[in-house]
Amino acid sequence: MDIYSFLIQFLNGIQYGLLLFLVASGLTLIFGIMGIINLAHGSFYMIGAYMAFSLSALAGNLFIAIVVGIVLSIILGVFLEWALFSHLYKRDHLEQVLLTYGLILVFEELRSLIVGNDVHGVAVPAIFNWSIPLTQTLSYPVYRLFMSAVCIVLAVLLYLLIARTRIGMMIRAGASNREMVQSLGLNINLVYRLVFALGVALAAFAGMLAAPVSSVYPGMGTGVLIICFVVVVIGGIGSIWGALVASLLIGLADTFGKVLVPQAAGVTVYLLMAAILLWRPEGLFRRV
Amino acid sequence: MALLAALALLALFPFAGTTFYTELVTKVMILAIFALSLDVLVGYTGLVSFGHAAFYGVGAYALGLLAPKYEAANLWLTLPAALAFAALSALVVGAFVVRVKGIYFIMVTLAFAQMFYFVFHDTKFGRGSDGISMNFKPVAAIGGFTPFDLANATHVYYFVLAAMLLVFVFLRVLLNSAFGRALQGIRSNEHRMRSLGYPVYWYKLASFTLAGALAGLAGYLSALQFGFVNPELLSWHQSGNVLLMLILGGTGSLYGAVAGAFVFVALQEIFSSVTTHWQLLLGGTIILLVIFLPGGLASLGGLFKRTVVGDPDDE
Repeated sequence: MDIYSFLIQFLNGIQYGLLLFLVASGLTLIFGIMGIINLAHGSFYMIGAYMAFSLSALAGNLFIAIVVGIVLSIILGVFLEWALFSHLYKRDHLEQVLLTYGLILVFEELRSLIVGNDVHGVAVPAIFNWSIPLTQTLSYPVYRLFMSAVCIVLAVLLYLLIARTRIGMMIRAGASNREMVQSLGLNINLVYRLVFALGVALAAFAGMLAAPVSSVYPGMGTGVLIICFVVVVIGGIGSIWGALVASLLIGLADTFGKVLVPQAAGVTVYLLMAAILLWRPEGLFRRV
Repeated sequence: MALLAALALLALFPFAGTTFYTELVTKVMILAIFALSLDVLVGYTGLVSFGHAAFYGVGAYALGLLAPKYEAANLWLTLPAALAFAALSALVVGAFVVRVKGIYFIMVTLAFAQMFYFVFHDTKFGRGSDGISMNFKPVAAIGGFTPFDLANATHVYYFVLAAMLLVFVFLRVLLNSAFGRALQGIRSNEHRMRSLGYPVYWYKLASFTLAGALAGLAGYLSALQFGFVNPELLSWHQSGNVLLMLILGGTGSLYGAVAGAFVFVALQEIFSSVTTHWQLLLGGTIILLVIFLPGGLASLGGLFKRTVVGDPDDE
């Protein structure tokens, strides 16, 4: 493998990893802060992608579609938290798993009813629809670089939000001791609602961003969910930093695994997980 | 008393209904065995596994892969083989997953199950996404003597009924023994068990392996009944469905597991006769069930009593 092919695969791996990070960070936040395992998280990714498809068909422009989509997903997140997830805080894991599993079924069928089961493509926005030439035959698509850049910016913003703002302080306090925060007069329910909506919006945004690259198909929610589980297991529950490291690790392992060992394409990630489980069952990092 | 009535009903059922219903109830009983196997893990050991379908699938594929193409397989050889393969897979997976707890456990069992699904769906070993069709049902022959004919739906019904009763009695005895009580202790408070000197890891691993072996039995019987195996047997929908059966019936109760299987299949049949988008109704039902009736149907009795008669603690 020459240096340019390696560079291409490396960039692909980083881009895939960063996208995974967007989705996984929401999952790990929701579990770390609110203590809820949300199987339907992958469905939000799928919803985002399908929104990108339908809205950009309506609006004619992917960027407008993304802005509208983010607003819609925040509304969806707030509604879901109020209607369903607020019941789950005191419940055990089995009940959380089952309710969110039921939610997946509902989302999948609704999608089937509203948009159908076809696979769709979304056009790359014209501004980014060119490639940087690397050699005479190889080039790298600029849209993918854009995706990675956006993900990095979001990651930094997320860090600033959690570590440097008042809201972030409330979120971290609520994760440590919910009752204490409430007795200090802060509205922890509002905080949880915000965190959940943030998680949903991140996952949906990732779906919208990825739509031009990965196409929009029915099984995409499930696929990303399981990989995100692996990310969270490797990175450690509740740790954003862990989610970032693990996502990049998995992005690179999966990409290079598919290229170097195509027969074992799907299992590379699981083997990595098994290895980490033997070495560090709690994940690489503790809670943030 | 109600139990004996239900048993009598099950025993006499094939004579009352058509072949369609005999086969349907056979399918339910196989799922009941599957649910019972998971209840050992979830209800008694407190380990919520979202990947149990993997071992169900291994048991089924054991028959599918071992069955020769041009003659019938032997029941008494393939069944123990399927159990052995399922137990072995569960032992290997368990060695990894039993190290983690709670939420991690749910996620890694799902991930490992997906690995199994991938092997059967995408590799040549598993014969791919179309699955395997068996030309002949297994033969229950020992020497020259064939006690029953597995191509006959009624014989299959009674064979499965016997298997289910055997599993039920076996688990009832096992879970009331010292081993079973240790598992319940682990579910209740793992640290306490550890401080009492119990080798918790090995108990959990034993529970996981046993559950996997019994799931393999259910899978084998499923392959036997349908004569066909495909990778969807290992899908996470299957894992989700069996968890649903447990919450429908109530975890930690062997009767609940069996009842849950019956209710689940009933719901499936009712919903799919209403609309092709029956999963929507199923999903909605699950959500309402979790919010309003988390104890499953087993808790309905207590709920009814409290509503009508009143709570003695209120006086």
